[in-house]
Amino acid sequence: MNRQSETLTGYLLLFPALFILTLLALCPILILFWLSMRYRVLPFGIDLFAGADHYVVLLQAPRFWNSLGVTLYFAALSVALEVLLGLSIALLLSRRFRGAGWARALILLPWAIPTVVTAKLWDWIYQPDLGVLNYLLQNLGITTAPVNWLGTPSLAIHAAIIADVWKTTPFVVILLLAGLALVPRDLYQAAALDGASSWQSFVHVTLPLLRPILLVVTLFRTIDALRAFDLLYVLTGGGPADATETLSLYAYKILFQTMQFGYGSAIGVMLFLVVAMVSLLQLWLGRQDMRRLVGRTP
Amino acid sequence: MTARHGHDIMARLLLALVLAWTLSPILWQVTTSLKPDSELMQLPPLLPAHPTLAHYRALFEHQPFHRIILNSFGIAALTALAALVLGALAAFPLARLPMRGKFPILGLVLGTTMFPAILTVGPLFIFMRALGLRDTWWAVLISHTTFALPLTIWVLTNFLRELPEDLYRAARVDGCSPWQAFTRILLPLCRPGLTAAGVLAFLFSWTEFLYAFTFTATEASRTVPVAIVLFPGLHEIRWGEIAAASVVVTLPVIVLVLFFHRHIVQGLTAGALKG
Repeated sequence: MNRQSETLTGYLLLFPALFILTLLALCPILILFWLSMRYRVLPFGIDLFAGADHYVVLLQAPRFWNSLGVTLYFAALSVALEVLLGLSIALLLSRRFRGAGWARALILLPWAIPTVVTAKLWDWIYQPDLGVLNYLLQNLGITTAPVNWLGTPSLAIHAAIIADVWKTTPFVVILLLAGLALVPRDLYQAAALDGASSWQSFVHVTLPLLRPILLVVTLFRTIDALRAFDLLYVLTGGGPADATETLSLYAYKILFQTMQFGYGSAIGVMLFLVVAMVSLLQLWLGRQDMRRLVGRTP
Repeated sequence: MTARHGHDIMARLLLALVLAWTLSPILWQVTTSLKPDSELMQLPPLLPAHPTLAHYRALFEHQPFHRIILNSFGIAALTALAALVLGALAAFPLARLPMRGKFPILGLVLGTTMFPAILTVGPLFIFMRALGLRDTWWAVLISHTTFALPLTIWVLTNFLRELPEDLYRAARVDGCSPWQAFTRILLPLCRPGLTAAGVLAFLFSWTEFLYAFTFTATEASRTVPVAIVLFPGLHEIRWGEIAAASVVVTLPVIVLVLFFHRHIVQGLTAGALKG
């Protein structure tokens, strides 16, 4: 009797949130799939059946394969750097020292500021003539002439990756710090008593216990890096010569610069598939750690 | 003893290096915002020789920047409020009430945060156009709810789960309805969770770009990140004003991060550590 009224209250309370999420998050995804099978050009009111046409064209378009490559390269390199750097910084910050609280708060700042600001910030630093990076490199004698960081295809993608690493490493640090705090202190003491060096206790104590959270962080960051839009749109706009055009940017340009909602949606569906496949692959590779993590849930 | 001492100095040096890497790009933007145009056209000086607030004044002269700040603030505050109310209502049954399908519902909530915004922005654009909501606060607010609401549901469900189960049972035995037990007993105890979720929702909305860029057209609803990208400038890029606008939009973020650092960390880790 009581239980029934509780269940009823529960569904009533859940309803508004679920209704909104279904309407604004799930429906749009279904509409995206539907749109990708239509010719839809908004300003001209074109709305015709297309079937698999867009996908056939897409799979033969060099621009699609280029943006797929850029997306994967950007995500792989930036996530690898972020996890490595984030782990090092987390180990450094997990030590007890005066001002640790301040250091942990300050390290969050790049993550919290708007990505648009990050992009403009690095755009200004990378400027060939006025930028401080070239000024420093030339004064230190590392380069002799100004380098056009964002105007050279092979450099622009790496310049963008550095900006992304700067912005998102703090997120990795925060989650790993929380993970490190869960490692029992006596384990380190026991390892030290057994004569383990700090490197050995890192490899044999810290790392195995940290693996599940490392997996979660890598998964979150990979999903985020695969869909990166703001940074690249503002920093390079996808250029030079499409060298930094990810699937997100490609889709956006087709959707809102040419207003081809059908073709643009097909690119979106491809991005969806890439994100799904990469995350499932990561979950499969880390299935043992994942089981341990879920097993710990109360 | 000496080895340990050397170890400490090494750690301090590395820490200084990390903080320099983290903070110097932000500080560089601050110095840029204070330099007169003549000093922006050359290097050195690294630091402003004649610091000026001209760029900050120019922000408000070239466009109704106060209106743009108001848009950003209003939209972020309303997003956080709406997401908190709806999120708290949903989190309570998910954490405490006997119901079927809680696990798939939570999975779905988490799943929606994994969708790239670029997937939903097209269909949402068609919605907004059909409803005549383009270039209004509503369009931005509604689109921001799609990421703010899953966040608040997730964070609050985790916070509520950590409160002792007996609290709720005791309130029920004492004659409270489920609703009363929630609003009078659990919710007040959940204040840190509400703060964490609210601050994160505000931050995410305040900094969001893609939806705001797509759904806004004029000062009626344009937010600060969008204004920074669309900076009016016919012939040259006005770096000084861009830097000044960056500082203006970043200051509230810095205040929030320094004040609510612990809450933000709790909110971010709530989901990740407990799967």
